[in-house]
Amino acid sequence: MDWLQQLINGLAQGSIYALIALGYTMVYGVLRFINFAHSDVLMLGAFAAFFLAPVVGTILPPQSYLGAFIIVIVSAAICAAIGILIERLAYRPLRNRPKLTVLITAIGVSLLIEFTCQHNAVFGARTRPFPRLIPEHNFHLGNIVIANHDVLVPIVTAALLALLWLVVQRTKIGMAMRAVAFNPQAAALMGVNINRVISFTFGLGSALAAIAGILYAMRAPGIEPLMGIQPGLRAFIAAVLGGIGNLPGAALGGLLLGLLETFAGGIPGISNYRDGIAFAILIFILLFRPAGLLGEVKTEKV
Amino acid sequence: MLEIKNLVVNYGVITALQEISLSVPAGAIVTLIGANGAGKTTTLRAVSGLLKARTGEVIYEGRKITNLPPHELVKLGIAHVPEGRMVFANLTVLENLRMGAYLMKDRAAVNRELSYVFDVFPRLKEREKQIAGTLSGGEQQMLAIGRALMSKPKFLMLDEPSLGIAPLLVQKIFEKIVEINRDHKITVLLVEQNANLALDVSSYGYVLETGRIILADTSASLRANPQVKSAYLGGS
Repeated sequence: MDWLQQLINGLAQGSIYALIALGYTMVYGVLRFINFAHSDVLMLGAFAAFFLAPVVGTILPPQSYLGAFIIVIVSAAICAAIGILIERLAYRPLRNRPKLTVLITAIGVSLLIEFTCQHNAVFGARTRPFPRLIPEHNFHLGNIVIANHDVLVPIVTAALLALLWLVVQRTKIGMAMRAVAFNPQAAALMGVNINRVISFTFGLGSALAAIAGILYAMRAPGIEPLMGIQPGLRAFIAAVLGGIGNLPGAALGGLLLGLLETFAGGIPGISNYRDGIAFAILIFILLFRPAGLLGEVKTEKV
Repeated sequence: MLEIKNLVVNYGVITALQEISLSVPAGAIVTLIGANGAGKTTTLRAVSGLLKARTGEVIYEGRKITNLPPHELVKLGIAHVPEGRMVFANLTVLENLRMGAYLMKDRAAVNRELSYVFDVFPRLKEREKQIAGTLSGGEQQMLAIGRALMSKPKFLMLDEPSLGIAPLLVQKIFEKIVEINRDHKITVLLVEQNANLALDVSSYGYVLETGRIILADTSASLRANPQVKSAYLGGS
């Protein structure tokens, strides 16, 4: 029965990676660069929830599902605005510069957010306990115990994935996102305001990151300004593993990485090497599929 | 309908267009011919806002549109079928066509345009659900033109519609261009390397050479012009 526990843990962890990876891959799709500040947006999402929880707690009974829902939605909206603002201020002025310039700027933005937030006048560097947002409840299955939030994480992720799929495949703005990802100039000739599509993409990705940040914080010992780095890095790797620019790929990569990590960590005797084992497997996969699991090798057709 | 006055476009230090002027009267098919690298594509890209003009003016229906962003020009009824077709290879044929009508809010109007495009190019109807990247070159060209028609343009710019397409299909596509112009009063500015075809379907032509317009005349006169004959119509 131990494997079931591991499976649920792995799915929960992997779901969080998947949500974050979607943001990396969406931005890469339309702008062809890695937004390294994405991992900090997820941290800001967790902090937004941290500060909102007591506020919402004064209106609604604490640890209610409705309250948690409101906290998550408001935090996602705040982070969407932050994501849009980052693109507007830091990346848009560099739109026609070499991609390396933008990439370095993204690292700069990331460091700026991290160390500003570490300042005592902002959040401070210390780790703070994250409030419980939903009532505590454990499911007992034989001799294993499953916390309700561990079950919730994959469910929320699945719902968000379905929603995102609908937006991208079935709405006009989603179609415009796909068109811009393929050829921004041609999309502009159709009347698409590319800047608006890019802002929308950043907003959407950042909202997902915020939700992922909150889910991550619910399972973590506490939150602090550098908390985004580890999951962010893993999610980036998950996006590459799935095939960067490919949305189902990011979800698959995230889930796979979460499961690999959790199962490798559960093997007695070698659990200290869990990251090593997980990443060795990743390198192995990428050796045989360099474009990622679902990525296509792009051939230019003249 | 469209007037270009002393347009200058640079690529860095290289001047691609040196003060070119041309005009396209409403309802006409006007062609711009010239060799590779003469500046034909640059001209169209400058009109549709994909490139910035350094100096000069583009006037459309009496209004100055120089350096407006491309998505603003679509609103004014300008459609540009770019060089290399640039269909969205990752989208289906139908989605490509719907992208063409991106700014249209009225669903019924979109469906009207859709049935018109399917009338002009029945092949596209057959391939409606197919991913555009799997179409043949000729079909992609039909899709690119169909997609441009979806915006219900008044002014259509076509960049090398014959490029990389089987000769039989080229003939057919040019027939369609004439049909679109005649039946729907869509003014056409046609850029072509295949001067023979271009002068056949157009009423007026400009010859572009290394960023300058060296000749401008009715298409019939250009066909008879010995200079054009030897340089662009394959001698004799």
